[in-house]
Amino acid sequence: MAGAPLFTEQEWNFETLDRVYRAIEEIALGELGLEVYPNQIEVISSEQMLDAYSSLGMPLMYHHWSFGKLFAREDQLYRGGYSGLAYEIVINSSPCISYLLEDNSMTMQALVIAHAAFGHNHFFKNNYLFRQWTNAEGILDYLAFAKRYIAACDDRHGRDEVEAILDSAHALMDQGVFRYTRPPRPNRERALAKRRRRMEHAESSRNELWRTLPAGIEPPATPPVIDPDEDFGGDMKLPEENLLYFIEKYSTVLRPWQRELLRIVRSLAQYFYPQRQTKVMNEGCASFVHYTIMHRLYERGLISEGSLLEFLHSHTGVVFQPEFDDRRYGGFNPYALGFGMMADIKRICEAPTEEDREWFPRLAGCGDWIGALKDAWANYRDESFIEQFLSPRLMREFRLFQLYDKADESAYRVTAIHDEQGYRRMRSALARQYDIGVTDPNIQVTGADLKGDRTLYLTHLMHRGVPLHEPTRELVCAHVERLWGHEVVLEEGDAGL
Amino acid sequence: MSHFIDRRLNPKGKSLANRQRFLRRARAQIREAVQKSLKDSAVADIAKDRKVRISTKGTREPRFRLDPRTAGERDFVLPGNKEFMPGDEIRKPRAGEGKGRGKEASDSGEGEDDFEFTMTQEEILDIFFEDLELPNLVRTTLKETPSRNWKRAGFTTAGSPTQINLVRTMRNAFGRRLALRRPRPADIEELEARLDAAERTDDGTTDSATRIAAIREELARAVARRKWIAFIDPVDVRFNAFTEQPLPTSQAVMFCLMDVSGSMGEREKDLAKRFYMLLHLFLKRRYERVDIVFIRHTHDAQEVDEQEFFYSRQSGGTIVSTALEKMLDIQRERYVSSDWNIYAAQASDGYTQSGDARHCVEMLNEQIMPLCQYYAYIEILDEREMEVFANEDSGAELWRAYRTVSALWPNFATKRIARPSDIFPVFRELFRKSEAA
Repeated sequence: MAGAPLFTEQEWNFETLDRVYRAIEEIALGELGLEVYPNQIEVISSEQMLDAYSSLGMPLMYHHWSFGKLFAREDQLYRGGYSGLAYEIVINSSPCISYLLEDNSMTMQALVIAHAAFGHNHFFKNNYLFRQWTNAEGILDYLAFAKRYIAACDDRHGRDEVEAILDSAHALMDQGVFRYTRPPRPNRERALAKRRRRMEHAESSRNELWRTLPAGIEPPATPPVIDPDEDFGGDMKLPEENLLYFIEKYSTVLRPWQRELLRIVRSLAQYFYPQRQTKVMNEGCASFVHYTIMHRLYERGLISEGSLLEFLHSHTGVVFQPEFDDRRYGGFNPYALGFGMMADIKRICEAPTEEDREWFPRLAGCGDWIGALKDAWANYRDESFIEQFLSPRLMREFRLFQLYDKADESAYRVTAIHDEQGYRRMRSALARQYDIGVTDPNIQVTGADLKGDRTLYLTHLMHRGVPLHEPTRELVCAHVERLWGHEVVLEEGDAGL
Repeated sequence: MSHFIDRRLNPKGKSLANRQRFLRRARAQIREAVQKSLKDSAVADIAKDRKVRISTKGTREPRFRLDPRTAGERDFVLPGNKEFMPGDEIRKPRAGEGKGRGKEASDSGEGEDDFEFTMTQEEILDIFFEDLELPNLVRTTLKETPSRNWKRAGFTTAGSPTQINLVRTMRNAFGRRLALRRPRPADIEELEARLDAAERTDDGTTDSATRIAAIREELARAVARRKWIAFIDPVDVRFNAFTEQPLPTSQAVMFCLMDVSGSMGEREKDLAKRFYMLLHLFLKRRYERVDIVFIRHTHDAQEVDEQEFFYSRQSGGTIVSTALEKMLDIQRERYVSSDWNIYAAQASDGYTQSGDARHCVEMLNEQIMPLCQYYAYIEILDEREMEVFANEDSGAELWRAYRTVSALWPNFATKRIARPSDIFPVFRELFRKSEAA
């Protein structure tokens, strides 16, 4: 024990925040060796927190009615006391922006700084998915651009037109990401050449005669120029998993600004895609970091016993996992699972049992838990992380069991429980549960008859025979048809998996 | 190094634009819900925030999703095993029981559930007015908060010099001077006179010298005392105090008269209710306190509460004058016209016992109209009748009789309505008058 507590009061102020931030930073960077983006921490009111909720947590966002609906819903839940507000929101950007709620006590602010500004921040900066797929430096500028662009479209083309396109694009957001290949990026040379060709065409097709027409009569539209680079058909590279990309590229009815809207929605979907694949790891990492840091603060005498208890109270609430037959059960709590697994990795590194030595020969007893965790945070996503690191001990603690569900049977069958025969099987099944490739419908563009009646052929590749939900399928197909402009055929196919 | 940014003072309502878009999007559903919720609510409650429940039709956000209930197979892992062993079977919950994977139904946000949220008074009024086809000018005046006025509120010890209350200040100063025995100018003069006399009669004896010295000393003390007890001290100063108060402080009573005999159906009552609501809203804006009295009548009139007024039925003939008499009784008893602004609104389908109309006209002309600020009579017809009675002059007995009253009294309005949009014109006159006044 050394040093006096950094704060004793419940209330926070900016001076104390700064002192605490520095103490946390010292532990996070010095002891744990985390690598983070520069931090920008903003204090906001509860109303602003609701605002932030309804714009997908981003500090700026284009306007759309669905965000208003989200706000109305959250507002109702919050006012009715059905849900509390998050203590923080953190944005994957550089600088990394974290929002602190003004109502938090000083202890909670410390917890939140450790959680968001160091835990999430480290994860965003180091995890391979985020490094490869998102551009933290550019996202805020891009959102600013998107907001301005869409507002300009509102003015020029009318709100209804813009909303129609955005509605349809939102409906396809889940099918608007590249899962396996990197988005094709036109290189600079090619882009320049393309622009040059367009200019040339405009110049060559300009006809002075049209200028002599009386006002109000439009010259006939120029015939579309055949771009050898964008030759339809031959270069479509089917099948294509990214519906939005395909439509943006090949739809014959969309105007340039409409294509740009699709591109904006697609970019957002791609930006959020890594977050959807790393919920457990992301929250686990942040929870583990705050848990470690708060304890270190206490050990150094920088926070009082009262603070530690307040922290533990809230921490246990966050990592609580209701059981399946509990009224509160709503699926696995990513905080609980993630934190549980990471705390377990630390235990395996420091105090392994015989079982751990058998299951994790490389980790067991190595002592370097922070190295092991940092490696996991950097190189795994939920699915692979669970497949690799879920230990039998944790499966027993969670009392996991596996059910087999066949649609035409009237009962679920228990196929595995937390015992010797069940561990590996269940671990794989749980990992599958976090594989977006399995849980999201896999829909691909398999054909487009551009020379004939322009029908678009989509195929849903079924996984283990699970079909699409019928009513929503019809609704979404209507949206696809709006964007494509011609008939759309969606077939169920077997992925053969 | 400062890592922290205080955003709390940033402008609020960042998502207001989104909300407006949402309301616009769900307009049809919201209008329906608001109408319904207004129908079930009290006349005086229209200008309040309220919860509305709308169907999600029109604001659906569909996404492709899987439906493992219809076909195919899957494995899933759950926490919290208690007694299950491999090979056990668990019955599936029936469809619609809502158990099982709660995740699917709740977080996709597009079950067939209704969607409930709170609308502000402004938003409610927007919808309400839209249906009534009020001109924009009137909408804004209705929604405007009442103007405020400064009123005197006693005295304070602090204020601006222009607000000094001289009378109070001087009175305090006087009291203080009395209490501290500040010598008056007359006292000084008297001492000076005594000193003068003493000096004049000075005979050089030590006796007279001490006397003169004593008077001098007393005089000096009195002058000094005058100096350090100020004529007006800062503690004496008082300022006039003012507080802000809402301007229309007077009170109004609104008599709602309605024929509830069998010929008045659901539709007629609904139209009448909208009329009352609008009138109430209007009065609410002009008067601080608005009482509502509901009087229903058949061949006999009763004062009833709102619930009964709109929802209960009674059979019997129709004698309108009974309601007028009842209104006069209540007015005499509870609402003396010197303290109250009296408004009356009568809704009827135009039928009354023959001969009664004449009696009504007499009562109106002689007793009621001199008391009333405004009397509105609306006759509720169905659309077919509306065409028949396109001409204002023709009509049933009561209508013709009331036309004679409105010719005499400018604040008596008669109007026929068949649709909600017909209601507003009744008010046009009312507003015009209030602007002139």
